Amino acid sequence: MSVVALLGPFGDAIDFVLHERESVSGGVQVGGLGEIGRFAALHLILSAVAIAAAIAVALPAGLYLGHKGRGEFLAIGVSNVGRAVPSLALLAFFLAYLGIGFTNVAVVLFLLAVPPILTNAYVGVRQVDPDAVDAARGMGMTDAQLIRKVRLPLALPTIFAGIRLAAVSVIATATIAPLANVQTLGEPIISPQIYGGAGQLGAAIVVALITLAADAGIGFLQRAVTPKGLKLAEGSQPRRRRLSVALPTRRERTT
Amino acid sequence: MSLLAPIAQVEIRERTGESCVADNGFCPSWIADNYDRYVTPFIEHVVLTVVSVSVGFAIAFTLALIAHRRRWLIGPIAGVTGVLYTVPSIAAFFLLQPITGRGNLTAIVALVAYTLLILFRNIMTGLANVPAETKDAARGMGLTDRQLLWRVELPLAVPEILAGLRIATTTTIGLATLAFFAGGGGLGAQIDAQIFFKSNVVVAGGLAVLLAAAFDLIILRFQKRVTPWQRPAVPA
Repeated sequence: MSVVALLGPFGDAIDFVLHERESVSGGVQVGGLGEIGRFAALHLILSAVAIAAAIAVALPAGLYLGHKGRGEFLAIGVSNVGRAVPSLALLAFFLAYLGIGFTNVAVVLFLLAVPPILTNAYVGVRQVDPDAVDAARGMGMTDAQLIRKVRLPLALPTIFAGIRLAAVSVIATATIAPLANVQTLGEPIISPQIYGGAGQLGAAIVVALITLAADAGIGFLQRAVTPKGLKLAEGSQPRRRRLSVALPTRRERTT
Repeated sequence: MSLLAPIAQVEIRERTGESCVADNGFCPSWIADNYDRYVTPFIEHVVLTVVSVSVGFAIAFTLALIAHRRRWLIGPIAGVTGVLYTVPSIAAFFLLQPITGRGNLTAIVALVAYTLLILFRNIMTGLANVPAETKDAARGMGLTDRQLLWRVELPLAVPEILAGLRIATTTTIGLATLAFFAGGGGLGAQIDAQIFFKSNVVVAGGLAVLLAAAFDLIILRFQKRVTPWQRPAVPA
């Protein structure tokens, strides 16, 4: 009996996602795969723009700073500050001062995505075995070659953990974009007076599924771009944790 | 008196900084007159954070101690908490409502779920980073497994554990701004109520940032106090 009671709202929500129905306020048809698909498409485009821009800016910056061993305060501090600023507060600040619209929301999401990517790229590069770097220098590699052929591949797990973290938080935050008139999957969540409880729950289910899919997709991409030689080595080493956040290290470990 | 007080406040609001508010500027006088409306959301926010992080820590700590003994559990626990961490909190607030209803309970359950991965991972990292020689020495002194855990491993893991607690706390304060979607109140409700009004956004958002900074400092001070051996040695 309680199982039916539990499934009730969820069943209704799934029905909302699959089939059009009249809105709670009446007059218009809402829900169904067509409308949810449009929301999902804009949700993904918005998120992809923000993440791509953040990668384009933060990844080279993190690699460079890590390679030079400079700007640790900036590279680590940006994450601490980023965590302390709530996404809703950042969005609200942009709305109040710069107004609504796709660009402003994309900038907010970009700002959310930069810290984890920058910090993880920096930490990943710093963690590369100095012996490997020495060996590469001994082989006569230039700085650019060293970053591209040695540091980047060896830092990939940490870098991807950062991108994953950024992607998950961007897709999550894109849900509140309708506050700025950008109709993402948050639209039914923000406007229950039109879409009803089923719309809210249905949109929440789709957002959760998209986030999990994006997380898995990036994990898949990571395996695809990891050089074969590193995958062979992985078998003999303990596996990396799924989402590694850069942490202050307790002490330099000497061996 | 209780009837007259709100009327008096309304009159003050209308008198001071009227044009500033009408122009949607940043109005210190409006803030001075209206700070009282932020008190309750602020307290709600603190309660949400403290309760969620405390419950999350209790669960994560228990899971970590179990996984520390039975290593094969690390993978499954990390996997499940990883999924909980990945599901956006705003989605979780709605996914939980059919089960836990609208209100604080839903908000807290979702926030607790979000802290688990961070705390579990850091406790495990802290325990794993205890030098093998230290453990050997402790065993050589005849410590039992339980004594080893509570007297050697956990104290040495405190910095990583508290680093996790800091991350979990600041993250929770950020996510709690969305708790109003679950009917949990907090500063987010205040931001959402007048999201285009600059003064309101700056005060409510600023309070959330200050709260995060304050908690971060408190935990850092606590860490310094409980790990006196961590104080940097003065160079000779």
